[in-house]
Amino acid sequence: MKMSISNLSFNYAGVPILNNVEFNVGLGELVTIVGPNGSGKSTLLKCINRILKPKQNSVLINGVDSGKLSVKELSMIMGYVPQTSVSAFPFTVFDVVMMGRKPYIHWSVGERDSEIVALMLDFLGIGHLALRHFSELSGGEQQKVIIARALAQQPEILLLDEPTSSLDIRHQLEILCILRGLAQSGGRSVVVTLHDLNLASRFSDRMIMLKKGYVFAMGRPEEVITSQNIKTVYGICADVSASVMGRPVVTPLVDDFGDFTSRASVLFETKPPELKP
Amino acid sequence: MTTTAELKKLYSKGKKKKILVIISLFLALMATALFSLSFGASSPGITEALSVIVSKTFPFLNITPPSALAETIIWTIRLPRIVMAIIAGAGLAAAGATMQGILRNPLVSSYVLGISSAAGFGAALAIVFGISIATLGGYLVIGNAFVFCLLAMVIVYFVARIRGMGSESVILAGVAVGFLFSALLSLVQYISPERNAVQAIVFWLMGGLYTSSWQNILICLPIVAVTVILMMFQAWNINILSMGEEVAVSLGVNSKRVLSFNMVLETIATASIIAFTGIIGFVDLIAPHIARMLIGNDYRYLIPCSMLLGAFMLLAADTVGRLIIMPTELPVGIVTALLGVPFFIYLLISKRRRSFN
Repeated sequence: MKMSISNLSFNYAGVPILNNVEFNVGLGELVTIVGPNGSGKSTLLKCINRILKPKQNSVLINGVDSGKLSVKELSMIMGYVPQTSVSAFPFTVFDVVMMGRKPYIHWSVGERDSEIVALMLDFLGIGHLALRHFSELSGGEQQKVIIARALAQQPEILLLDEPTSSLDIRHQLEILCILRGLAQSGGRSVVVTLHDLNLASRFSDRMIMLKKGYVFAMGRPEEVITSQNIKTVYGICADVSASVMGRPVVTPLVDDFGDFTSRASVLFETKPPELKP
Repeated sequence: MTTTAELKKLYSKGKKKKILVIISLFLALMATALFSLSFGASSPGITEALSVIVSKTFPFLNITPPSALAETIIWTIRLPRIVMAIIAGAGLAAAGATMQGILRNPLVSSYVLGISSAAGFGAALAIVFGISIATLGGYLVIGNAFVFCLLAMVIVYFVARIRGMGSESVILAGVAVGFLFSALLSLVQYISPERNAVQAIVFWLMGGLYTSSWQNILICLPIVAVTVILMMFQAWNINILSMGEEVAVSLGVNSKRVLSFNMVLETIATASIIAFTGIIGFVDLIAPHIARMLIGNDYRYLIPCSMLLGAFMLLAADTVGRLIIMPTELPVGIVTALLGVPFFIYLLISKRRRSFN
């Protein structure tokens, strides 16, 4: 499905968070949103998914205003993976993924619903966890369960809010490979916010760089990841001359940012008490 | 690697196990009811008890009850009390389970949400002024308790709505309203001119099933039945809300609407019970937790399982209360806590998995 966002603005209690954000996401495209903390990445995803409701609706899905769809209709089109997931009461992995079938279930779980849940667990390689409790899993496993839940919604569009932020490097790569697979051969449109510029550069078809709630740069990774952009948006110097597999690699050149090495020396005047054996 | 077929089989196996638990609980409840029916200050025995019930429910069979005395004891005294215990236990437990789920908090009960204190105040008001002014029919106390429960809910709802209907604002508003009504309750007791009235209030607050009658059941049962059925239809919404309000929206659940609707359901169910029985606590808090340990958190199974456990707990406690110091009896609230707390603590310690996060 094709999604186009235009003129999207959002305020939290009068404070503007997003300003006139505009971009399109095509079929089978993986788009990453990067930007400093507080630049509005998460808010943008929540506005797209109508968890937050911008005053004037500005998201068209295949030409249809998403504000005119019911919550249920929208949940059949869009899947959302939040930054962190906690469950107030323990549920098994199978039950959590089954929640993704909610838009299609009235009361009883059908044959097709458990078929789809099992398929998603198998696709993500977490079938062996099916009867474990969600809260007992590691961060990487939990993230896969939540992705499986979003896939069980059978959405055309997937939104993921910093899915790699608490994962080790192997799980980070694994999650992004999954997302690329879903976009390239699964035909889903994937929008994902990321902090890691190198991961974004490596996996995105297109990148959007936010600064204080507006789109500062947009385009292919080599167009967005430039020393100049990083300097302006993040306020740090970085080298981007290196590249891996044709994608730019960011190496920060900052050494003692904020001069902490010299300033920390005066913080603690008292000597620790002498410890006798 | 587990295949999809094996996964599906695992899931349906879990489902069968849950249904089995529910069936066993139902049988246990029926056995307890039969036992409770047959024993008491006067013990007619199981066969007599059954023949009274059969002769009353199927009058066309022309079975003559064993004796007029047995008929009175079984049919007009004991059976309504047992039925009321089952209705009250089941309804309170269902309301407790769903409220805990909706508000994502394992400590929620009718006490926390201010409903109990409001009922107490309503009843006290009716007792004090009803006694001193005139009797306004037998339903004055019941009606007043019920109305004040709803009033408490309305206050909690509007306070919480200003704060965006978050679960913590509902709970905090509930606690505050609860304190308000207990203060008002104390005030009524303090200024009450009649000693008898104060005693009657204390008695009411302890809760009990001794006033059960078919007439009361006829009012209470339909309300509880309808609200509980509506709660059952909310099972998926409640499951999903436990993952958080934002996620619920992304899964197609209008979380604020679900929260408000359930608040109304749970208040009506609880109010219609405690208006008749007085304040019965503990069951609505604990029965859902024991059910969670037995059957997990899927509300499609958790609600019926909690109901059976709640009914079982209340009926068992009332039976013990009736039998333990015959011919007088202990109020059901006291017995429920005395028996239930040690059992619950045992479960809490012995179970590896927690029933809440």
